[in-house]
Amino acid sequence: MSAPEFKNPVIRWIDYRLPVFSFMHHELNEYPTPRNLSYWWNFGSLAGIVLVVMIATGIVLAMHYTPHTAFAFESVERIMRDVNYGWLIRYLHMNGASAFFIVVFIHIFRGLYYGSYKSPRELLWIIGVVILLTMMATAFLGYVLPWGQMSFWGATVITNLFSAIPLIGEPIVTWLWGGFSVDNPTLNRFFSLHYLLPFVLVGVVIVHLMALHQHGSGNPVGIDTKGPQDSIPFHPYYTVKDMFGTGVFFLVYLWFVFYAPNFFGEPDNYIEANPLQTPPHIVPEWYFLPFYAILRAFTDDYPVYSWFLSWLMSAKLAGVIAMFGSILVLFFLPWLDRSPVRSARFRPLYRQFFWLLLIDCFVLGWVGANPAEGHFIWIGQVATTYYFAHFLVIVPLLGIFEKPRPLPTSIGEPVLKGGGGSTASAAARPMEKA
Amino acid sequence: MMRNAILAACVAALTAVASTASFAAEAVKIPNQEWTFDGLFGTFDRGALQRGFQVYNNVCAACHSLRLVAYRNLQEIGFSEDQVKEIAAAKETTDGPNDAGEMFQRPARPSDKFVSPFPNDNAARAANNGAFPPDLSLMVKARKGGVDYLHALMTGYKEPPPGVTVPEGMSYNAYFPGHAIAMPPPLSEGGVEYADKTKATVDQMSRDVSTFLAWAAEPEMEARKRLGVKVLLFLLILTGMLYAVKRKVWKDVKH
Repeated sequence: MSAPEFKNPVIRWIDYRLPVFSFMHHELNEYPTPRNLSYWWNFGSLAGIVLVVMIATGIVLAMHYTPHTAFAFESVERIMRDVNYGWLIRYLHMNGASAFFIVVFIHIFRGLYYGSYKSPRELLWIIGVVILLTMMATAFLGYVLPWGQMSFWGATVITNLFSAIPLIGEPIVTWLWGGFSVDNPTLNRFFSLHYLLPFVLVGVVIVHLMALHQHGSGNPVGIDTKGPQDSIPFHPYYTVKDMFGTGVFFLVYLWFVFYAPNFFGEPDNYIEANPLQTPPHIVPEWYFLPFYAILRAFTDDYPVYSWFLSWLMSAKLAGVIAMFGSILVLFFLPWLDRSPVRSARFRPLYRQFFWLLLIDCFVLGWVGANPAEGHFIWIGQVATTYYFAHFLVIVPLLGIFEKPRPLPTSIGEPVLKGGGGSTASAAARPMEKA
Repeated sequence: MMRNAILAACVAALTAVASTASFAAEAVKIPNQEWTFDGLFGTFDRGALQRGFQVYNNVCAACHSLRLVAYRNLQEIGFSEDQVKEIAAAKETTDGPNDAGEMFQRPARPSDKFVSPFPNDNAARAANNGAFPPDLSLMVKARKGGVDYLHALMTGYKEPPPGVTVPEGMSYNAYFPGHAIAMPPPLSEGGVEYADKTKATVDQMSRDVSTFLAWAAEPEMEARKRLGVKVLLFLLILTGMLYAVKRKVWKDVKH
């Protein structure tokens, strides 16, 4: 990693004292990237771009927003009606939150499919889970700010979850609220924290990138790069590919902003918060629905609870722990999955279970969107059980019993020999015949 | 191919989740209506907007406020500056305190928000048998089914089906959740004499005032759709060019 000779004397002068240009050269022009990344690898940089869009639009919104229960709702409507292009900025921010979660969920499931969490990328994965948790906190806080009915009642339901903690639960909730219900002090601190957390997010993302650049991206085949024939420099190959992907992303994202800006929202949030009137059906934003379903799965007659946990805690507390546990379990995934093979392409059984998990998450989301009654109760309980069984039972067992297909010897070899076609078919075909 | 199919399935499932999220617990099917402001290039019909304002002003405004809309906004739907001044001046609003420290009444000005029919929510309830007539500024965005629901509600007053009793002082409405609605049928044949001589049927008035309230909820809609076309066309061309650049850069890389 010798420093390049810069021709421009000003750049040379600066770089000698502050090696930003050497750094950029090293991390972009020299940074070796597997040559066979598919478009599923676009979503990491997309998430970074959405974060920038969110911060930029959020800073402008904060200039016009009033974090007071008496004015918050109207100040948002003032942005929509009287601020120049305020509607555009707010719809970008509102739909940006949904876009952020779509992009990040795809990014996470790509990691699950291709075993991106395995050695030596365990910390990279764990930092990613920290990013997800920070994002979720930020999104929850932000949803409260417009002070609509769902803002208020969502905040009431979620903060009340902490009351399930034995002994100190109630004092914690009072402390979170800054009073005895969700009220002006709550709104004030939520605004403050909603402004703070995105910058924390930027910091964690930088650490995520540092961990990424230590060993570089994984790849669809899941074997390490074994020499220059396996990799290409990030710039220009992946910069241009990411730019194209960004164009496609913005086409979809902006279609929603301009033509269906309230598609992902709840109509109830256009009714100003009213502490005296509970909406008939409180639902969180769509990206929290699977977690909401897990929370509500824990009833007194849910066997997993009544057989194993009822002697220890209330169903409410078990639900809260399970909801947070559904994400915390991801922290342990690198050690729960003992299979030495990364990519699901060479793991015939894991691949099936991956798709089942994805379907399970959609089922959880669907249950979370519906009232907890009738068939939705047992469907949610089955789906919750399966979610945890996937990570705690199926994945560890697969690591022991699954017989993976033989791996190709290198990333580049089959490509360069076979010529033409995608790596996927070129690399996998001989194995499938064997 | 397989990959595309899976991707399509995921998108479809996601859409299904999102739409169940927003239409959950929807018992009655709301009929789809055609509106001039539907679609990528939709605009509000100015005639319908002005007639709709007349219906709001003569009928709805007796009970329902429109507190997020200002009189000056009426110029956006084709009223002249003088007409707006006249419309505003017909309402009295409280201002002050004056130099003597007293609040006083004065005619509303174009810069004022629509004057609410009641001084506060309690007064509104007291005058309406305990029921609160909600503000209409965001009604189209605040109800599942949006503007279609509004039209269905206003034209959905019927005799209750056999066996269904409606509490005293309430009316039966086919589309209101629970069917018992405190608002009496707001529109009656010829209830408004339209300035442009359009025949004021219940259906006509309902469509007009729905259009007006759709505008009140989303006054930016026309600007949004106009800008959207330009932005998406630009992006489409840019993305196409980026794809060409990507192809060119990757030409010599076997992958």
